[in-house]
Amino acid sequence: MLRYFTGRLLAAIPTLLVLVTLAFVMMRAAPGGPFDSEHMLQPEIRANLERMYHLDEPLLAQYGRYLGNLVRGDLGPSYKYPDWTVNELIAAGLPVSLLLGGLAMLIALFAGFAAGAFAALRQNSAGDHAVMGVAMTGISVPTFVTAPLLILIFAVYAGILPAGGWNGGAWRNLVLPVAVLALPQIAYIARLTRGAMIEVLRSDYIRTARAKGLRTRAIVLRHALKPSLLPVVSYLGPAVAAVLTGSLVVEQIFGLPGIGRYFIQGALNRDYTLVMGVVVFYGAFVIAMNLVVDLLYAWLDPQVRYR
Amino acid sequence: MTTLRAAAAALLVVALVAAGCTDRDGDAAPVSETTTLHRGNGLEPESLDPHRARGVETFSILRDLYEGLVAEAADGALIPGVAESWTVSDDGLVWTFALRDDARWSNGDPVTAHDFEWSLRRAVDPATGSGYAPMLAVIADIRVPDPLTLELTLTGPTPYLPGLLAQPIAFPVHRATVEAHEARFTRPENSVTNGAFRLVDWVSQSHLRVERNGHYWNDAATRLDAVVYHPVESEATELARYRAGELHLTRTFPAQQYEWLVRNLGDEVRTAPYLSTYFYGFNLTREPFAGNPELRAALSMAIDREVIANQVMGAGEIAAWSWVPPGVADYTPQVYEWADWPPEQRIAEAKRLYAAAGFSVDAPLRVELRYNTAEAHRRIAVAVASMWRDALGVETVLHNEEWGTFLANRQAQVLEVYRSGWVGDYNDANTFAEALLASHGLNDMGWHDARYEALVLGAGRETDLAARRAMLEQAERMMLADYPLIPLYFYVSKALVKPEVRGYEPNVMNVHPSRHLYLAQ
Repeated sequence: MLRYFTGRLLAAIPTLLVLVTLAFVMMRAAPGGPFDSEHMLQPEIRANLERMYHLDEPLLAQYGRYLGNLVRGDLGPSYKYPDWTVNELIAAGLPVSLLLGGLAMLIALFAGFAAGAFAALRQNSAGDHAVMGVAMTGISVPTFVTAPLLILIFAVYAGILPAGGWNGGAWRNLVLPVAVLALPQIAYIARLTRGAMIEVLRSDYIRTARAKGLRTRAIVLRHALKPSLLPVVSYLGPAVAAVLTGSLVVEQIFGLPGIGRYFIQGALNRDYTLVMGVVVFYGAFVIAMNLVVDLLYAWLDPQVRYR
Repeated sequence: MTTLRAAAAALLVVALVAAGCTDRDGDAAPVSETTTLHRGNGLEPESLDPHRARGVETFSILRDLYEGLVAEAADGALIPGVAESWTVSDDGLVWTFALRDDARWSNGDPVTAHDFEWSLRRAVDPATGSGYAPMLAVIADIRVPDPLTLELTLTGPTPYLPGLLAQPIAFPVHRATVEAHEARFTRPENSVTNGAFRLVDWVSQSHLRVERNGHYWNDAATRLDAVVYHPVESEATELARYRAGELHLTRTFPAQQYEWLVRNLGDEVRTAPYLSTYFYGFNLTREPFAGNPELRAALSMAIDREVIANQVMGAGEIAAWSWVPPGVADYTPQVYEWADWPPEQRIAEAKRLYAAAGFSVDAPLRVELRYNTAEAHRRIAVAVASMWRDALGVETVLHNEEWGTFLANRQAQVLEVYRSGWVGDYNDANTFAEALLASHGLNDMGWHDARYEALVLGAGRETDLAARRAMLEQAERMMLADYPLIPLYFYVSKALVKPEVRGYEPNVMNVHPSRHLYLAQ
């Protein structure tokens, strides 16, 4: 197991390297530069800034310098926010994004699984149709529609929750963004669970269990639950990616200080180092989450474990 | 083993999330809401170093943290700041500022002329990398006869110097702090400022809190205990937060909702003319506009500015028939001679010029109009394209681009007609005249006229103020007659202001220092 684990970790390095290289090339290929504005800089000031940030060196040298610093854990200075380093900005934004994403994933998992199981056990009943109808809506309505709608209802009209802002991570400020982020995932997980559980409930060993006279409750909890989780677990990797990209929108709409907002601002301002820093971080995170998913999968499915 | 690891990983995630929840609940309750003003402030400030700052949002914060030799009143009028008074030599070249002796930094140090000398030199030092350094190019020499006297010698008489000195680029910074902390001197734990407020907390992209500076010379007049700036890029979010009662004052509001806002929020909607011009530039370095003033004139004359300002925009924007907006001090904007012609006559003349340029209904002009992606720009472009089509039969292709790409293409002069805008840095016609010099960053048209350059640069050296004004006005007329650009409308500043906020006065510079504001009980 340890060998498998280290093997996977080592395999992540070339993946990250490709990611860094692609991000580097794409950022530099984008027209414009970090110091462009209508208030054009005086040539000597511009030259000075470019020298300071080594932007006057050949691209390959800059790339090498970036990789060297990256290995040492230095993501460089931010061009747009000269008062901060990229490390500082990410360190400030990461807990926010992690808290948002983590809570949304947890809620999505529990609520989604519960709703899916509920629907599966009452297949084709009114309850099933109601749950799946809501789930379908949850999947098809985009975040940038649900967010303003929920803000309007709960903040502007009812006045019971804040319309935005972080406020140090107070729970009231978290409710709406986490809900918006979790909703489509709840819906997706509910549908996956329902499908998987219906299939499991139809399988031979469940029929055997029924024939033995076991109660439905025992059958579901002891025999059907674990295999129904499998597709949900394999969906976790893409779900993490979806929550990450969703958090870009959610952070923007609710004005939360997460790293998603730096990603957008960084890209718009050609803040090369900031964008690269966030990309490296996102990449490492998604790779790590995929690894966690594989481990979970091994735990749930003996066939994978003993292979 | 496997089970254990997975469980440990899962636990770790839960623990992280839970830790995030609990240790952050403490600072949720603000101290005293009644004397804390919450301001929506657009983009996150890029830097709180007054010499490196670039955006108007940042300038708002810096006006609270710092005070220059000259300051701004609630209505934007220039008033003495750290300088109690000043005198100007007869030739207008030597300005002597008498500093007040009770001006203090937030750590109690006196603010001296040496602080200003060091700061002004730092602002223009290429090592500082300031985008606004050229604004200080009029200062040729700085002398400090004594700690409370600052003498500036200029390259030419500059009647707008007080306006320049009220800008963040001319603010003093605390030398010992800057030298000790370098780029980190703007952090709350290091920050030393000389304005009515001092920096207490700055969480990037979340909020920035300033509290009254007890050492400020006029602290007795400050009525707010604290101001919290909230960076909110999205206009819709800012509006929602304002309506939910989280903000007292917004930076702007969504223009498309102007009528709804006026109907529902009434007097809370505040707009005011703003010293800025929205225009379309022609690329004069390429066909079809190079050497073709008739065509450029025809396209300009075919656009009804009143429709653009009143119907397409409609939040009080003013139709632009000149380059310099109304409201600029000691200046009369020079309007096109055809500005007050009846529409039929204007269109007829446009048709004549269009034909003279060699175009007709059978051989129409095909042109690309490019703008940076934004709803308002799209609506204006659609309106302009339809006016060109109806009046002249021009076939316009609309093309929008993300800002960075758009700016790069504009500067590379590969476009045909493009959107642009200019906000005056200070209240003087020079800030508009200068922007069209060949060397200026805004002049992506590639327009160059030696007579224009001579007039504008000459005005900078002219000691007779009436003659100076005449030269700038002549320069504007000359520029308009060559049609390098199409002024479309003059912006308005837009804000939502809660009824309990007092002391807010709309003004052409759109400056609202917090020390003039207070909350009614």
